[in-house]
Amino acid sequence: MQMSNKVSELSMLEAINETLHSEMARDERVVVLGEDVGRNGGVFRATEGLIEKFGERRVVDTPISEAAIAGSAVGLAMAGLVPVVEIQFLGFSYQAMHQIAGQIARLRYRTQSRFEPQITIRAPFGGGVRTPELHSDSLEAQFANIPGLKIVMPSTAADAKGLLTSAIRDPDPVLFLEPLRGYRGIRDLVPDEDHLVPLGQANLVKKGDDVVIISWSYQVELSKRVAESLEGEGISAAVLDLRSIVPLDIEAVTEIVSHCGRAVVVQEAPETGGFASEIIATINDECFWSLEAPVARVSGFDVPYPVGMLENLYVPDETRIHSAVLKTMESG
Amino acid sequence: MPKPDDKQLQMILEDMVIARTQAGRLWNLQRQGQVGTIAPIDGHEAAIVGAVHALETESDWVLPQYREPLGLRRYGAEVLDTFMLYNLGHPAGGHIPEPIKVAPSQISLGASIPHAVGLAWGMSLKDEPGVVLVFFGDGASSEGDFYEAGNLAGVLKAPVILFCINNQWAISTPTHLQTAADSFSSKAEAFGIPGVTVDGNDPAAVYEAVFNARKRATSGKGPTLIEATVYRLGAHTTADDPTRYVPSDDLSAAQEKDPVHTLTQDLKNRNLWNDTKQNEVETAALERLDEAFERAKNTPLLPNSLMDHCFVSDTSRQLRQRSMLMDSMGNANE
Repeated sequence: MQMSNKVSELSMLEAINETLHSEMARDERVVVLGEDVGRNGGVFRATEGLIEKFGERRVVDTPISEAAIAGSAVGLAMAGLVPVVEIQFLGFSYQAMHQIAGQIARLRYRTQSRFEPQITIRAPFGGGVRTPELHSDSLEAQFANIPGLKIVMPSTAADAKGLLTSAIRDPDPVLFLEPLRGYRGIRDLVPDEDHLVPLGQANLVKKGDDVVIISWSYQVELSKRVAESLEGEGISAAVLDLRSIVPLDIEAVTEIVSHCGRAVVVQEAPETGGFASEIIATINDECFWSLEAPVARVSGFDVPYPVGMLENLYVPDETRIHSAVLKTMESG
Repeated sequence: MPKPDDKQLQMILEDMVIARTQAGRLWNLQRQGQVGTIAPIDGHEAAIVGAVHALETESDWVLPQYREPLGLRRYGAEVLDTFMLYNLGHPAGGHIPEPIKVAPSQISLGASIPHAVGLAWGMSLKDEPGVVLVFFGDGASSEGDFYEAGNLAGVLKAPVILFCINNQWAISTPTHLQTAADSFSSKAEAFGIPGVTVDGNDPAAVYEAVFNARKRATSGKGPTLIEATVYRLGAHTTADDPTRYVPSDDLSAAQEKDPVHTLTQDLKNRNLWNDTKQNEVETAALERLDEAFERAKNTPLLPNSLMDHCFVSDTSRQLRQRSMLMDSMGNANE
């Protein structure tokens, strides 16, 4: 195949839609199922045009049944198909939790690979767009505590394409989390051709020497802006985008934290039991003695995700990230 | 023919006797501490074996819960061999080898019903012949998975048979506390699919119901919910004491309708079965179980299996845990 280096500027949503089109065209085993994914093209249009191109046998509007959507994906995978499931909002995954945690994630282990869960579960999540209740919760740490599930959280349109392609082709189940604010708010240059980003490879999106901001998904976007503004204050801040929290790129975390000696971890999820805690424990294991200051974290609060008028207080913003970095620079 | 002929009835009885006999031996093995928790099959034999004999083993899948494996002999000797590994707690007990179309035991009640619907749906998308039969109980029918999957199956017209064995008890909970519906099969109406109730002590009736459901499914008309009514003659599991809650009069009445005894008597009356045959089958069943048990006990178990088959390949953290495990094993051996 002739590979061109052509790129197009796409929103993250367009990149996801394009990837679904290309993976369905590439592999006839791929089927897309979920609520409103067919005729409506998804409530955000992520699946737009699929049903017209690939037909209603491969693009299926399901009843409002998250457990049956996730559960039937197990059966589809047992039949040798490659289901790409959409859970309309990650908060609704609670209704499918026993199928995701108790069945999909364990299928390979409990059958000793007789059955292969080549299943991708896409779900939008995250704050900043004033959704109704349970539409914005960042649940990634809950899923990270379930062995057998990969968790991918892109922060750019190009990565969304590269990582979703890898997720769909991965023989293990992948939870692919799409930031609501990034759907149209993130735009960048996306390769036109086949584009794969391996799962478990973090991306050092900005180099720096004094401190590293470690994050994933939309918070990477904010972290980049903060890091750039810190340059003007004479602070050289690196930004590490984890891209996937399972598998976790332990080497990349260790390398940049060892280099900078100071780190701030940014997540949208509540502070207690969040994945930031896992990153800090990893730093503790790997490179504690290279630290010049305690690792800080910027998180949501330990309350349920709030209603729209309180949202801006809850979700970490540039100001909070900025002051966490300054505090880290001053301590130690 | 939807009715099993005499030859088939003999084969059904043979499988029922084998299941009953082997269940007795398994119970004893559990009491000796040699295997883990067992769910006795007693009282369910006609429902399970009758259903399985109406399937085509080459094309049709069976998704059992945990009580059925001894009744699935028709699907091949490997089902028992794997089940014995499972009872020992060996990881290979979850891997019934290809090409046998039987899933391993399912502990999460109702959870395999959506799997069955998805599998049947996938088979029809691939234009593969065959149907999926999923076993579950009266208790499992109260789970959300049953309703969600039944509804989805109806919409998709998936070639699936939802086979509910109503044994009157969900551990200690009687059916009238499980549902206010007249029957479990009546729930099919909400899915827009046929629901039938059959006497689960009558293997011919069960066979006929599954035969018809299979025919309906393979002709593209979609799923059927079958309720096979039986009575659980034993404990829920080896960890259960049914004398705490099962009325003895009810149990005595149910024992009068014991499916193994009833079919034995029927075939004896028609000179299709006799005590010699019975003894032969029972002896062979025990030998076979003991052989499977020995084989299971002699199946190697490597410490590495703790870490195997989570993902296709280890994450870097799993790799580290694996080497830590191996180091600790090395230290333990010193």
